[in-house]
Parts: sequence; structure tokens; C-alpha cells
Amino acid sequence: MPDELAGLVDAARGGDQSAFEALVRATTADTYTLAFRLTGNEEDARDVVQETYLRAYKGIGKFRGDAQFSTWLYRITANCAANQLGRRKRHRHDDLADDAPIEDLSPDVDPSAQAEASNLRERLTVALDDLPPTLRSVVVLRDVYDLPHEAIAAELGISESAAKVRLHRARKQLRERLFRLPGEEVDARAV
Amino acid sequence: MRCEQLTEHLAAVAADGAELSDEAAQAHVESCLRCQAELAQYRKLLKALRTLRTEVLVPAPGLVTDILTNIEARGERSAMRSVIKGRKLAYVGGVTLAATAGGAAALLVLSRRKLRAAS
Repeated sequence: MPDELAGLVDAARGGDQSAFEALVRATTADTYTLAFRLTGNEEDARDVVQETYLRAYKGIGKFRGDAQFSTWLYRITANCAANQLGRRKRHRHDDLADDAPIEDLSPDVDPSAQAEASNLRERLTVALDDLPPTLRSVVVLRDVYDLPHEAIAAELGISESAAKVRLHRARKQLRERLFRLPGEEVDARAV
Repeated sequence: MRCEQLTEHLAAVAADGAELSDEAAQAHVESCLRCQAELAQYRKLLKALRTLRTEVLVPAPGLVTDILTNIEARGERSAMRSVIKGRKLAYVGGVTLAATAGGAAALLVLSRRKLRAAS
């Protein structure tokens, strides 16, 4: 943790309101980025960020400082995003099952437009967006933000073994989406 | 050994830099171009995923203000709740005190009457 941030965290833990505000300003973009990656849309991401900082505000006094502040904040964000997605799921009843093939919602799109997204990073971002939220959360938290399996399982409210299974499924779906092996069948809807 | 049996291990090997513990699995990968290609793809995928960590999305303006306003509002609500709670406690305390004082006065009057009657 940079010294400046560490100083702010210490001050905020001691009840310094302006230090907490400075922490919010310093970390909002990072928290929003994770929230957006987990929820896949701006509206939910903003709600998740608001809830995250409310919880952080209430819990900053209990933050022990033995973990990085950013990791602590990521864990709160992951938990808030899981709750948000759970609420969406209950309202919409349209969440994809873990094993459901990825559906291309615009099958008639111009192939040249798809070719434009040739950059691996861009294609990866698109593929991540298309993953079911349950799989996306795990792969983002583990492979992008490097959270341990135990923390991921705790914040998403699942067992560690379930987290590992989801991680494997997510990686497999992403690999199949981005690359093709000789003789490997690729679901036409998933391309 | 079949390639399908190894796919989960290949992803883990690519992610953690671990080695395949099983000798048969190791031998299979060394002689199987398909598994080697899959391993290379997982490595590429994980490298690309890690690069996303450096990307920061900029939220639409106003988010920080919204967060701080929300916290302030929550803080005010919390303060109001504690004031109301404090008033409730004071009210209950007052009623209890008055009842106790009333009881004590009644006891005093009764005991004096008894004393008078006895004398």
C-alpha cells in the first residue's frame, strides 16, 4: 500500500472523516472498475460502489490492517456485487446456468465488425461480458485481482470447491471462445 | 490417457506454474501436440487476464459526490436514531423515576398513618 494511502487509512480508522473522503476519492475508479467487471453494466456497478463505501465507512474501524486496504475493499465489492446480482436474478429469473452455452445476442452482426475486435484484450473483454455472472465473478476475482480461493468463496457465499469448479468452467469457456484447438468443435452461438 | 482428462490440470498448471504431478500425464503432454497447444492457450489467456488489472475504467462524473452524500445521509440518519433512542431512554427513565418516587411517598404516608393509629 502506498504510504499516502496507508496514512489515510490510519487516520480514517481513527475516525477522521476527511481522511475517509480522501480514501474514497483515491480508490473510486479502481472500485468502480471491479464492480463494472463483476456486474457487467454501469447502473449496477454504481449501486455496488455506493454500497461498498457505505460498508467500508461503517467497518473501517474494524479493518485490522493486516491485509492491504485495496484487497479489503475488493472483498467488500465482491460481496456487494454478489448481492446485487442475486437481487437481479430474483427479479429477472433469466440468469444463465453455469454450463449454458454462451449465446450470441446479435447473430446477424456483420462479420467484419467482429473481425475488428481482433485484439486479444478486446476480445477477452467481450468474452468476459458474455460469461454467466456466476462464472465471471470467480475468474475476475481470481485471475485478474488475484484474490485467494478462500476469500472468493467467502464473499460469494459458496464453498471453496464450488469456487474452483466455477473457475475451471470460466477459464475453459474463455479459452474455447478465444482460441480454437485443431478438431475442437466450437458452438456457433459462442463465436 | 485422454486429453479431456487433463484439461483442468492444464489450466491450473498455466495459472500457478505448477507441474503435472502424475508422470503419465506429464508424458502424455510431452507427446501430445493438442495438449501442448491447449496449455499454451491457457498461458496466453491468463496473461491477458492479468493485464486487465492495469486497466481502470473512469466512472461517469458525480459518483464520488453521490458516495459522499450517501454516507453523510446515512450518518445523519444514524445520529437521528441515536437522538431518538436517547430521548426514549430519558422518557422511560423519567417514568420509572416518577413511579418509584410515587411508590416511596405512598409507603411513607401509609407508615405514618400506622404510627399515628398505634399512638
